[in-house]
This record gives sequence, structure tokens and C-alpha cells, in this order.
Amino acid sequence: MFYRENGQFKTTYQADQQILPIRQDRMVMMLILVFAIAVVPMLASDYFFRAILIPFLIMSLAALGVNILVGYCGQISLGSGAFMAVGAYGAYNFFVRIPGLPLIPALILGGLCATLFGILFGLPSLRVKGLYLAVATLAAQFFSDWMFLRIKWLTNDSPSGSVSVAELQVFGFPIESALSKYWLCLALLMVIALLAKNLVRSAVGREWMAIRDMDVAAAVIGIRPMYAKLSAFAVSSFIVGVAGALWAFIYLGAWEPAAFSVDISFRLLFMVIIGGLGSILGGFLGAAFITLLPIALSQILPSLAGLVGFEISTAGVSHAELMIFGGLIVWFLIVEPHGLAKLWAIAKQKMRLWPFPH
Amino acid sequence: MAFFLETLLGGLMAGMLYSLVALGFVLIFKASGVFNFAQGAMVLFGALSMARFSEWIPQLTGVDSLFMANVLAFVMAAVVMFVVAWAVEYLVLRHLVNQEGATLLMATLGIAYFLEGLGQTLFGSSIYKIDIGMPKDPVFILEGMFQGGVLVNKEDFYAALIAAALVCLLTLFFQKTVTGRALRAVADDHQAAQSIGIPLNRIWMIVWCVAGVVALVAGMIWGSKLGVQFSLTTVALRALPVVILGGLTSVPGAIIGGLIIGVGEKLSEVYLGGFVGGGIEIWFAYVLALGFLLIRPQGLFGEKIIDRV
Repeated sequence: MFYRENGQFKTTYQADQQILPIRQDRMVMMLILVFAIAVVPMLASDYFFRAILIPFLIMSLAALGVNILVGYCGQISLGSGAFMAVGAYGAYNFFVRIPGLPLIPALILGGLCATLFGILFGLPSLRVKGLYLAVATLAAQFFSDWMFLRIKWLTNDSPSGSVSVAELQVFGFPIESALSKYWLCLALLMVIALLAKNLVRSAVGREWMAIRDMDVAAAVIGIRPMYAKLSAFAVSSFIVGVAGALWAFIYLGAWEPAAFSVDISFRLLFMVIIGGLGSILGGFLGAAFITLLPIALSQILPSLAGLVGFEISTAGVSHAELMIFGGLIVWFLIVEPHGLAKLWAIAKQKMRLWPFPH
Repeated sequence: MAFFLETLLGGLMAGMLYSLVALGFVLIFKASGVFNFAQGAMVLFGALSMARFSEWIPQLTGVDSLFMANVLAFVMAAVVMFVVAWAVEYLVLRHLVNQEGATLLMATLGIAYFLEGLGQTLFGSSIYKIDIGMPKDPVFILEGMFQGGVLVNKEDFYAALIAAALVCLLTLFFQKTVTGRALRAVADDHQAAQSIGIPLNRIWMIVWCVAGVVALVAGMIWGSKLGVQFSLTTVALRALPVVILGGLTSVPGAIIGGLIIGVGEKLSEVYLGGFVGGGIEIWFAYVLALGFLLIRPQGLFGEKIIDRV
């Protein structure tokens, strides 16, 4: 009843090709943006920003990048942590070695470093497919772990690879408070998400999806696999690199190579699969799920245990968190293997018909 | 020359240990098409149960001899692994039949997290000891040929022997028994096997049980070497290059891949590590496997990947 496109006629090709052709969708998107930009800052506490919102924004950016590679181009990659690390340390090197370099160009240059690294470690995808490629990308992960620990020049000769940044500012505004960090991350996320959405709707995006679905057939009709796969690796690692630089600069402030271990790669892959492969929205939903889950568990579990009547130690809480995390992942994959984005699509479809059942 | 031989032998034996873990991966992938990322967690779970049972059995039943305690602990730990295999098949795999590879991969990763949490909840999270009577002292061989002899670690040697014995047992099981034949049939073609009446669910459960026992043996050996602690799960990450080098579907591939990776790791660490700062073992194994993959994308002994359009 409310969610129909009756009466919404398009008179130009441009209007027909827009990302959100239905007026209700545009209104909801506008509301969400206003909520995120103006309302959340008024309502959220400092803790909420630092512990929940900022990691959520940065992880959704990273999940967006990984989704482009895994969901749209079909190349399973377990090396996303390495791309984040290269982006972070790359941005750090440019920031520290070029005095006076503004923050955003440093982040972008970090992303470009990650792009080069991604293309290099994406070369095996031209020869290797499927699970073999997934394990081969772990080579990137472990190589990056070693590289930032042993090659001193990359970490500005810091003995343990740990570095830190301070006094960030954008166009003269200091990025110190949680609110300024939130707005910076939100701004970058909005811009990159818009660019990514348009990229996957374009010819390049269609090439990626063709490679994902049937790469031999795609090659037969004239899509060059090398360009398609390497461009997917390039774009994906750029986005993941920028996310890594943001994670390091904005969220962590001071970091070491272990902050980008194989654990982050697995978490990103979880986000993408639970959110929904091949969907920009899926990255956001998956990131929300995986970022919020540990926090929710650590709040709920002690009170639940108290209800039942026994004391649960912190070690016990962390073990129970692992169990519930793993159990929820499995349950979710059984219930909806196509992810939260598919659930959202089903909900929208039901809304089109509401109040009728079918 | 003696040093090179030492490194080579050490590498071969380390390789056998890796192939023990890789065997679990290959068995499950061959029979059910699932890449079991939970293998590391299963190794940890098996090692934890073995360690704790071998502690509790003398306390609870007053069994004196170490050998009997270990045997009983092994049997009980094997039963635990069977229960885990049954639970995984019944609660997870049955509902995820025919899903794509990435989904199954993530499901096994979820199982891995669950098993890690469960193992530490049930058995505790400090470092435990497994004492199966492995000699810890080194021995010098070939003293006549090389001055001072070549140092061989007795524990690694016995571990390699146990791994070889396990592989022989598995080969006999697969070739000579009816169940083994059924397992091979399912590994070849699920639908064909089902059409001639082989119950797929039961076969998958048997495969996971066998892989569980393999994980238990691997956990026992690695646990006796390193002590049973949480970081045992990372052993699986070190065995992954073995799996992809040998081919995801080949048991001899797991052995030979293990030997190659073991030797490559040790030699690279000794001879190349000095130039680049050391610690290159783990990524060198992956890069070595990657190098082989570029020549044979399906692994050395893997099934040729046939793409139909």
C-alpha cells in the first residue's frame, strides 16, 4: 500500500537509471542520512561513539571492499587483514615522512599502496581458482605480518613495529573528539559507498559479476579475465586499505602489526557472508552484526548468568562468547545462507504487497 | 654437509607432522566436499580431552601404569571426537547440503570458534601436558661418515613413525574394508554413490569421525611436543599450504606435500632467513605452495579442475 511506484513516471534516462528510482526509497535514504549526520551526534554518548559507531563505520567500509572482491567478482580472499595493514602503514609512512601532508591525501596514498600490494597478491587469481585461491591469499596475510615486523624502514625504524599518530586535522578542524572522528569516517564512508555502488552498476561491475558466475563463458564472450580480476583486486584493496588506514589512525591511534592479523581477515569474511555476498547493503548489515555481537554478548552474558544464579568469570565469559559467536554464525548460515541483505530484500517484497499476504 | 643433512632430516620429520594435520583436511574434503576450517579446533579439542582424561583417569580410577592411563584416555578422547563428529553432521552439515563453498567454509569456521570455546569451557584453559612416553633427548647418527654425527630429534622421529603408521592404517581401511570402499565411492561422486544405495549422511558422519581420530592423533603428537594450549589451533594454519600443494583431494598428496613444505620451511629458514631478518618460515611455506600452484593449479596430486561452460 505505501511502498508502490504507482504514479512515479520517469521522463529522462537519467531519472530512470538512478540508484534509487522509487520515491519511498529516496525518502528513507534521506531520513537515514539525516539521522546519521544530525540526530545520532545529539543522542549518542562518547562511549557509544568510540566503542560501537566508529568501529562499525570503518568495518563497513572494509566489508564493502571485501564484498567487491568476494561477492561481486567471486575471488575468495583471506588476505584482507594484510591489505588493511598495508593501507595503515602506507598512510603512516606518507604522513610521517612528508611533513605537512594533510590527512585525507595520506589516507588515499595509503589506499594506493594497498592497491599495489593487492594487485601483486592478486596475480595468482589468474591461474588459481576457488579454495586454492583462498588459501593462496593467506600468503599475503602472513607475508604482511612478517614484513611489518622485520623490515624496519616500513615502520619508521620502530623496534617492535608499533607506531602511533597524533594531532590529526582536516582543513584546520582537529580530529580529536569522538564526534569529529565519527563525522570524518561517515563522510569517507558515504563518498566511497556511492562510488562503489556506481562502479558495480557499470560495465566494470558487470564484468566482475560475469567472471564470478562463469569465468570461462565470460572469457569466451570477450571479457578479459586478467583485467577484470586484477581490477577487482585493485578496487577492493584500495577500499580495504583506506579502511585500514582509518582503523589505525582514527580508531586505534597507536598500533602494531598484530592488530591486522588473520583474525581480522576471518571477521571481514564473516561480515561479508552474513551480510550477503554481492550486495553493497550487505556489507553494512554484516558489519553491524559482527561489530555489535561481541559487545552485546559481553553486556548480556553476565546478567543472564546472574539470573540463572551462578557467577561467571571473565575467562568463562570470553569462552561463552566464542561459543555463542560460533553457534550464531552457524545458525545464521543454516537459516539464511544468502545473508541479511536477502532477508531485507524479502522484507521489501512483503512491504510491496502489504496489507495483502500475496 | 652434515648440517644440511640435519636440516633436511628435521624438515622431513616436521613435514610428517604437518601432513598428519593435512590428512584431516583432505579426508573431509574428499568425502563431503567441505573444506573443514575447524580442523585446527578439532586438533585442540582432541589434545585437550586426551590431556585432561589422562590426568583424571588415574585420579578417579586409581589406574597406576602410565601406559594404561594413556590408552584409556585415548579411547575416551576418541569417543568424544565421535560425539563431536556426530553433532557436526547432525546439527550443521545436514542442513547445509548443496550450499556454495564459501558458505560451508564459513560454517566450519563458526564450528571452529564454537569448539574452541567449548573445549576451554569443558577442559580448562591453562597449558596442559601430554606424556605419552616420547623420548625428548636427541640422538646422533652417521657418526662414522660425518664428524660429530648428524643430530636427529628422537621425538620428531617417533612422531614421524606414528604418522606413517596412521597413514598405512588409513590406506588399509580405505582399500580393504567395505566402509572404506563406500567412502571412496562417495568421494568420487556423491550422486552416483547415493543412487546405488550408499547412505550419504552416515558416510559423512564416518568420515568426520575418522578425521576426528586423525585430529586426535595429531593433537596428541603436537601436544606432546608443544604442550596443549590455545595456540595449537594455529597448527592448522601451518598445515594449509600442505593441503593446497598436495591437492585438496589426495591423501598421498598430503604426505608428499607435507614433506616438501617441511623441508622447504627448514631449509629456507636456515639458508635464506639470515639475509632477510629471520622468521620467514610460515609465509615461505605459503609462497612455496603458491609457486607449485602456478605450475599445477590443482595441486600436485589434486583432481584436475574441469570447467564446463
